[in-house]
Amino acid sequence: MNYGGIDFTLVWLAIILFGLAMYVIMDGFDLGIGILFPFFKHKEDKDVMMNTVAPVWDGNETWMVLGGAALMGVFPVAYSVILSALYLPLIFMLLALIFRGVAFEFRFKADESHTKYWDASFFFGSLIATFFQGVVLGAIIEGMPVVDRQFAGSSFDWVAPFPLFSGLGLVVAYALLGATWLLIKTEGALEAQIRRYSYVLTALFLLTILIISIWTPLAHDTIASRWFSAPNFYFLMPIPFIVALVGMLLLYTIKIRHSHYPFFMVLILMLLGFVGLLISLWPNIIPYDVTFWEAAAPIESQVFMLIGTLLILPVILMYTGWSYYVFRGKVRPGEGGYH
Amino acid sequence: MYDEYALMLARIQFAFTISFHIIFPAITIGLASYLVILEGMWLKSKKQVYLNLYDFWLKVFAVNFGMGVVSGLVMAYQFGTNWAGFSNFAGSITGPLLTYEVLTAFFLEAGFLGVMIYGRQKVGPGLHYFATIMVATGTIISTFWILASNSWMQTPQGIEIVNGQVIPVDWFAVIFNPSFPYRLVHMTVAAFVATSFFVAASSAWHLLRGNRTPEVKKMLSMAMWMALISACVQVVVGDLHGLNTLKHQPAKIAAMEGHWENIGDEPTPLILFGIPDNEAERTKYKVEIPALGSLILTHSLDKQVPALKDFPKDERANSLVVFWTFRIMAGLGFLMVLAGFWSLWLRKKNTLFDNKLFLRFIFLMGPSGLIAILAGWFTTEVGRQPWIVYGLMKTKDAVTLHPVGHMSLSLGLFVVSYFLLFGIGIYYMLQIVRKGPNQHSEHLPFQPHNLFSSQDEEH
Repeated sequence: MNYGGIDFTLVWLAIILFGLAMYVIMDGFDLGIGILFPFFKHKEDKDVMMNTVAPVWDGNETWMVLGGAALMGVFPVAYSVILSALYLPLIFMLLALIFRGVAFEFRFKADESHTKYWDASFFFGSLIATFFQGVVLGAIIEGMPVVDRQFAGSSFDWVAPFPLFSGLGLVVAYALLGATWLLIKTEGALEAQIRRYSYVLTALFLLTILIISIWTPLAHDTIASRWFSAPNFYFLMPIPFIVALVGMLLLYTIKIRHSHYPFFMVLILMLLGFVGLLISLWPNIIPYDVTFWEAAAPIESQVFMLIGTLLILPVILMYTGWSYYVFRGKVRPGEGGYH
Repeated sequence: MYDEYALMLARIQFAFTISFHIIFPAITIGLASYLVILEGMWLKSKKQVYLNLYDFWLKVFAVNFGMGVVSGLVMAYQFGTNWAGFSNFAGSITGPLLTYEVLTAFFLEAGFLGVMIYGRQKVGPGLHYFATIMVATGTIISTFWILASNSWMQTPQGIEIVNGQVIPVDWFAVIFNPSFPYRLVHMTVAAFVATSFFVAASSAWHLLRGNRTPEVKKMLSMAMWMALISACVQVVVGDLHGLNTLKHQPAKIAAMEGHWENIGDEPTPLILFGIPDNEAERTKYKVEIPALGSLILTHSLDKQVPALKDFPKDERANSLVVFWTFRIMAGLGFLMVLAGFWSLWLRKKNTLFDNKLFLRFIFLMGPSGLIAILAGWFTTEVGRQPWIVYGLMKTKDAVTLHPVGHMSLSLGLFVVSYFLLFGIGIYYMLQIVRKGPNQHSEHLPFQPHNLFSSQDEEH
């Protein structure tokens, strides 16, 4: 929506994508820790893992609330169509996030004999929430029919091979993010165990990327023509090579036991996937019927929100960064909790 | 009847999830401010009693906050999953207000909560106090935006409707809509009232069991001052809010009063008790006081209050529900004021911590604030029906008509998980309360570094 020479909708799109990326990265690694939970037997290890994110998970999840609110404010049509089309997966995701979220507090309040139930709640909650986030993403890539600004498909459209596979793919991605985050925050035997898992997860993750990259254009003509027509093809061709290169760097940095680089390599891979997705779907917010501009809210809403967002978002990033800085460094057994 | 069922299930689901949710923010708002006062008093006086109380209530706060966050997450998405018609129509208002809430409140709370709970040994006392203040500020800012959004749905203004969508034309008018100031103050004070009775009941329980540490006494004393002040303020605010509702939503007042028709020029009576019958259009078995309705609602003895029959039948709220929820709220409010003055009298006699009858009464009043909040919200939300945006959009046009099977499934899952998880959470909270604050001992030297680990008895 062009107003005074500025395309506000485009600015908003950038902000929402930024928020989404922040969410995927930040809640990604703390959900990943939940997914990895059953692979660790000792209670002390689990305590350490949980305490690496206990002070920050709540802030991480807030990006998701921002996503929901901003989507409703800026793209009300997309918000109402996508959320009602994906009613069941979203309800399952929200319920799973509740089970997982309360585990952070309850696990340390429970009697010793009940800890295992909150471990299970944390694991299944993280796993199911991640899986359904992937399903939602996959279902959006599949596209949904829209008539008169309302969802016109059936409520089980998401039960299809591609969304289900992308659910699994996201589980792998978050698990890898979680593992590499733990490489930063842990030491000793725990760190060694996580490093072994990181190799396996990297291999699985690269395989997932490969499968999705082949599957998506095969299944969607629109996406195929976007990627394989000249001149796009020449601009986009380097992307697979960059992915391969970063993948190798990831394995290498795990091997040389660098604490931070593996995490950043995974971030780069996920951002590349994000960019790939954006290229595939552009300019639709509800593939393949509704563009960003068609779904946008009145300009009055966009401008009102933008003023505050541009002023406040940098402040949020500053104190979020400060909070991460306060809790920097390795977490050792027996510390990090107030319980 | 497919549509009727789907609408009913969506409404039950919303009422259920938000009723559970609202308990947690209400306690969060009150406790956050209480913690600011406690830490401030500690920094100023260096008296151990305040720090012990801070550490004690921080644990309750943390459990409560966690439950508030996860149950609130559901609310942010439920507008889209269940109320697509509403989001499509008014998302341009609700969305921006909710976005401001996230930006100015949720991030602030979440960002400083980690430091507040886990950071005592990582940052200095000044920064830690700053974190506590930021979290408390966040809770108040959050109240501001969510009440702005809700009040706009009650008394919408500042907009145009173009092609079936709301277009905001004056954001100042949207936010500061006619009922907003009253609702904001009413809800904030309600949170303080609810928290002070929760805290007071906790200390009453300990005193009744013979735990008479300075911490427990300090808790009761502070909570009863707060209860006295906030309950009295609430009476005034509630009265003003009622006048405002009469002006802007007269049909709601008529339903609350169970008042069906005015007779001639007679002033409106106040029906104390009765059973409004929506079908028969009258209130059965009523006990009424002549002219008192006019006196309370118009502050005069001759003006009439509009009656339910002045409105078309399909634009009236369910009088049976709001008549009773309103009386529950107001009745509890009366008991709260009584409790406040009783405590003042006992203070004067110097028996505040000893009067068994009073302590038992206060213990029973523990959940009163929360019950009053729920009853109040039912009054105002059911009273708005059949409108979702008053006068502009009916609730039946706002709902997403999912298959009844799906709605039943999701409602069932919500009910089971909420009762299970939040039931356990509330049990944990009460367990912490039962253990009580650390006992204050004059003989131990002051050791700031061991404050958290030294009381590590419950995990």
